[in-house]
Formats: sequence, structure tokens, C-alpha cells
Amino acid sequence: MSALEVQRAVKYFGERCLLDIEAVTFWAGKLHLIVGDNGAGKTTLLKMLAGLDNGGALDFRFNGRAYTHGHYPDALRREIVYVHQHPYLFSTSVAANIGYGLRLRKVPAQQRVDAIAKAIRWAGLEGVEKVTPKRLSGGEKQRVALARAMVLNAPVMLIDEPTANLDAKARNQVSALLESLRAEGRIVIVATHDPALMGLPDVSAWQLLDAKLNRPSP
Amino acid sequence: MDLLDATREAFRLLFSGDANIWTIVWISLRVSLLALLIATPPAVAVGFFLAVSSFPGRRACVIVLQSLLSFPTVVVGLILFLLLTRQGPFGNLQMLYTQEAMIAGQAVIAFPVLAAFALAAVQGADLRVRETALALGASRTRAAWTTLFEVRFAVVAGVLNGFGRVISEVGCAMMVGGNIAGITRNIPTAISLETSKGDFAQGIALGVVLMVFAIGANLALAWVQGRGGLD
Repeated sequence: MSALEVQRAVKYFGERCLLDIEAVTFWAGKLHLIVGDNGAGKTTLLKMLAGLDNGGALDFRFNGRAYTHGHYPDALRREIVYVHQHPYLFSTSVAANIGYGLRLRKVPAQQRVDAIAKAIRWAGLEGVEKVTPKRLSGGEKQRVALARAMVLNAPVMLIDEPTANLDAKARNQVSALLESLRAEGRIVIVATHDPALMGLPDVSAWQLLDAKLNRPSP
Repeated sequence: MDLLDATREAFRLLFSGDANIWTIVWISLRVSLLALLIATPPAVAVGFFLAVSSFPGRRACVIVLQSLLSFPTVVVGLILFLLLTRQGPFGNLQMLYTQEAMIAGQAVIAFPVLAAFALAAVQGADLRVRETALALGASRTRAAWTTLFEVRFAVVAGVLNGFGRVISEVGCAMMVGGNIAGITRNIPTAISLETSKGDFAQGIALGVVLMVFAIGANLALAWVQGRGGLD
């Protein structure tokens, strides 16, 4: 079973130690939920793992390869995809947004169209394919962002507070998508404050407290 | 000829397809559009670079760029004249009093406008654009293109603004073009000449065309800015 093994993740903001994490393994097929106070470093950890924050020290193993001393190859960002807490959707159509990563990967046009259609059905976005993202609700935007990441078939998905600021209905829709990603056998790591996500199947809970990532106390 | 007669004559010249008038209009459009075509890619690249990079002297570069926005066009013309004159360092190019010299001058004039708009646009871009592109697997270069695409309406607004500046400038065109009929006489230099000769009709006719261009550019700008909202 594939896993993302973080051997060391250290990050300082000035004198303050934000992250000091050692020996944590995120297994595939689990929904890893990282909880912690605002400012605890959840987003920073996810961005470091996504290669978007290179200001700290990160050593990890993935797919049998070790990545150390801050060496984060660009190609790895095609396997580890990060979804922002407030997703930015490009000022094109919903379909073009979902197809963005596929174009980068030079997926042939017909395959791209098919994959986008499948992702739209997966995320329940039928009927808004040609709409510009400014017209979407918060829940729809979050689902477009998840579909845009899902369609890439990346084995690792890092998702930052996907249910924040959503109403109950939108939260349930997004929760169902997270569960679906987990069930596909991916490594899904979610930073969240949402206790409702704890009720999903195969959850692996983590608490980020005082720079350390541990199992939450019962 | 009083003003009313001159205006009537001006419209007759315009709508009768007067070859002299339309040659001048064509030269103006050709010179200004080619100048923009040449200046836009490097200016946008410089604006983008200044917006995303940090290096010692960056702030000074931005200040110089912003100062160039108000640089008198006649001084640009003077410097270019000194460079291109027979005794100048580029005299052997024999460019003085040609459309190419006018194009070079207008490209120099348009450059800071285009670069400043690109700089402001990229600086104002949402930081998540680049991050999202990278997170979805874009290379750094591709992420830069994506950012530019996201601010495309502001960049186009810069191009239209640059067009407005160069199509109406007279100082540089006069200095390096020489106002030669049928070759380097454009709308602003022709208006200046015809008015000094007392031929107000041609001056008014060309003035009308210039205003149509200016209003057209502004309407296009308003449309582009509206599109930028995508509402």
C-alpha cells in the first residue's frame, strides 16, 4: 500500500517554531484529518508537502523515493496536488478550469473532454460547465476545485479546509466527494476544523499542537 | 473661411475619400500599430519581471519606469534624432525622416505605458493564481503565463492606453519623421502644419479622425475593462 512518509518537517517563523514534525506516515485509502487551532501550521504543512512553501526543512519518502534537503522536483507536484482553502478559479469556464491540469499534462483533446465530463458528473456540476466561476456559489466553487484536482488522478491530495464557510448542504456534498477520493485508494490529507468530517469512514485523525503532529487525545 | 465653412469643408474632404487625408490617416495607423506591436512583448515582460522579482535596485527601476510615463515626447524625439542623425552613432542606418524612425520613437514612448500597466496588473493579481497553477502541476514559466492570462484585460487596457498616447503625439513624429508628405506626415504633424498654413478644413478633418480614434480606443478600453469583470 502506498504511503507518504514524512521523516522531518521543520518550519520557523522568525524565532517561533511553527512545525517540528518527525516520523509521520500517511497511508493510502485513509482520510487523514489534521485538526488544530488557527495558526497552528496546518496550511503551512500542506503547502510544504505540495512543494509550494520551500522556506522550511522537509524530508520525506514517497513511492519508494526519498526527497531530502528541500529538494522538491517540479514533476512531483503532478503527483501531489494541493487544493486551497479559498480555491482560485481561473477566469474561464468551469469546464476549462477542470481541464487546466489535463492540458498541462498534454492529455489528448478527446480524452480531456471525456475526463472533464466525468469530473463534472462526479462533482454534481451538470449545467454549469460553461459558466464563469464568478457566478458560482461557495459550495460550487469548492466542488469545481476538487473536480479540477480529482481529474488529475494524483495519488496524493492535500485539501485545505474544504468545508469552511459552507452551508450544511454544500458541506455534505463536499464531504461525500472527500469520501469518494479516499475510497479510490488515494492518500487524502485534509486540514479541517469541521467535526462532522470525523464521522466519515476510515478517518485517520491527527492533531497539530505546539508544532508537533500527534494522534488527538481521546 | 470662417469656422463653419472650414468644418463643412472638413467633412466634405473626409466623406469624399480625399486621397491626401486618407494617406495621412493610413500612415498614422501603420506607424502607431507597428510601434505597439514591437513595444508590447518586451514591455509586458519587463513589467511582469519587475512585479514578481526582488533584487537590489528594483524599486529604483520602478521609479524610473514611472518617471518615463511623463517624459516629454519631444525629448524622446530629440534623443532619437541625435542618435539617428548622419553624425550620430546610428547615422549609417539612414533611418532619419523615415516611418521606421517614427515607429522606433513611438515604440519608446509606448514602452513605459505598457510596462507600467503590466507591472500594476501583475502586482494586483491574486497571489493564488500562481500558487494554483503550480499546485496543478504547471512549470514556473507556465504559471507565469497563467498569471498574465488572468490579468489579460489590464494588459490590453495598457495597450489601448499606449495607442492613445502614440497616435496623438506630435513632438517625436515631427523630430524624427520630418513631416514629409505621403511618407512621414501623420495626423498630428499634418494638423500642426495645415493649421499654421491657415488650411483649417484639413486640420479639422484630421482632428475629427484623431478624435474618432481616441474615442474608439476609450470605448474599447471601457469594453475591455467591463469584460475584465466578466459579469
